[in-house]
Amino acid sequence: MTTLDTEPATPAATVDVGAVASFTITLRIRRFNPEVDPEPHWEDYQVQAYGSERVLDALHKVKWEQDGTLTFRRSCAHGVCGSDAMRINGRNRLACKTLIKDASPDRPITIEAVKGLPLLKDLVVDMEPFFDSYRDVMPFLIPSGHEPTRENLQSREERARFDETTKCILCAACTTSCPVFWTDGQYLGPAAIVAAHRFIFDSRDHGARERLEVLNDREGVWRCRTTFNCTEACPRGIHVTAMIAEVKKALLTRTM
Amino acid sequence: MPKASVGTLYRGHEGMWSWVAHRITGVLVFFFLFAHVLDTALVRVSPNDYNTVIATYKNPIVGLLEAGLVGAVLYHALNGLRVMAVDFWGKGPRFQKTMLWSVVVLWVVLMVPFLIVQLGHIAQGA
Repeated sequence: MTTLDTEPATPAATVDVGAVASFTITLRIRRFNPEVDPEPHWEDYQVQAYGSERVLDALHKVKWEQDGTLTFRRSCAHGVCGSDAMRINGRNRLACKTLIKDASPDRPITIEAVKGLPLLKDLVVDMEPFFDSYRDVMPFLIPSGHEPTRENLQSREERARFDETTKCILCAACTTSCPVFWTDGQYLGPAAIVAAHRFIFDSRDHGARERLEVLNDREGVWRCRTTFNCTEACPRGIHVTAMIAEVKKALLTRTM
Repeated sequence: MPKASVGTLYRGHEGMWSWVAHRITGVLVFFFLFAHVLDTALVRVSPNDYNTVIATYKNPIVGLLEAGLVGAVLYHALNGLRVMAVDFWGKGPRFQKTMLWSVVVLWVVLMVPFLIVQLGHIAQGA
């Protein structure tokens, strides 16, 4: 047996090492109330936040504790529903997937509505033009022949062919990051092309010809200038530009 | 009808800025071609007038404009090859950033010797 001749036990540590540091951050939000404001304006909000929290949590604190008029969309808050796409520090992000520690917490975090769609209020834009383009590409399975009497089987390889584009959550982060879409609202946009890709390359689908016809329009895939903003903005990691390039190639060769 | 949300400048990455530069150089080259078609067409009107017009180009300001023109054409051409590779080479989208930096390096490598020669011409007043 040995006795350790140590110093008397130090007083209980004042800082809990496991605790996540909390700090004050500034949210610089572009506010717009169509009933009173002629133009949108920036407003700063101080919020106590943890680095592990998300920008959405900070927005909630503003709305619940400081200014209930702040308007934004959110639903599931876990990156699945695609409601809270907004421009955070100048780039399209989902507020529920952006951690405060990754969003420059020592400087004001700028938050504004996505670009290119009509601004309705604060961070809310009119999504109808976006969904109109989505409907244009017929985002549903088009079968051929008679009603099937048994399962419509598909091999793993056939399923993998369009796996990437099934991940889209229609948040509009890609379409509203596209410089072509900002200046030409008629352009179908990356999201609609991704939706088309999901069915064009599906072995069970037989509507590819109609869809490619829509995409071959002058406001279709050929408007894409490969700026890669969409790929960089996609919260689901879809390589949007690469998917658009696949559709372009399918159009040229008419082979799936 | 509410207007489209504009806000701050979008902070795009290499892809976006390469596209911006492609647009700008494209417009510059277009304006050059406009003037170039006009002055070259003059040779069919009067070869002497053509010579007079071309002689006015031999000054340092036009010399610098020529250097800018070569820079614009070179970038537009090299990046144009990159854009084609992005669309039609299977691995293009994956290597777009690498290809852009290759374009920039190649542009510098070609511009440096050209500028040495061109600035020499300008210094000689040619």
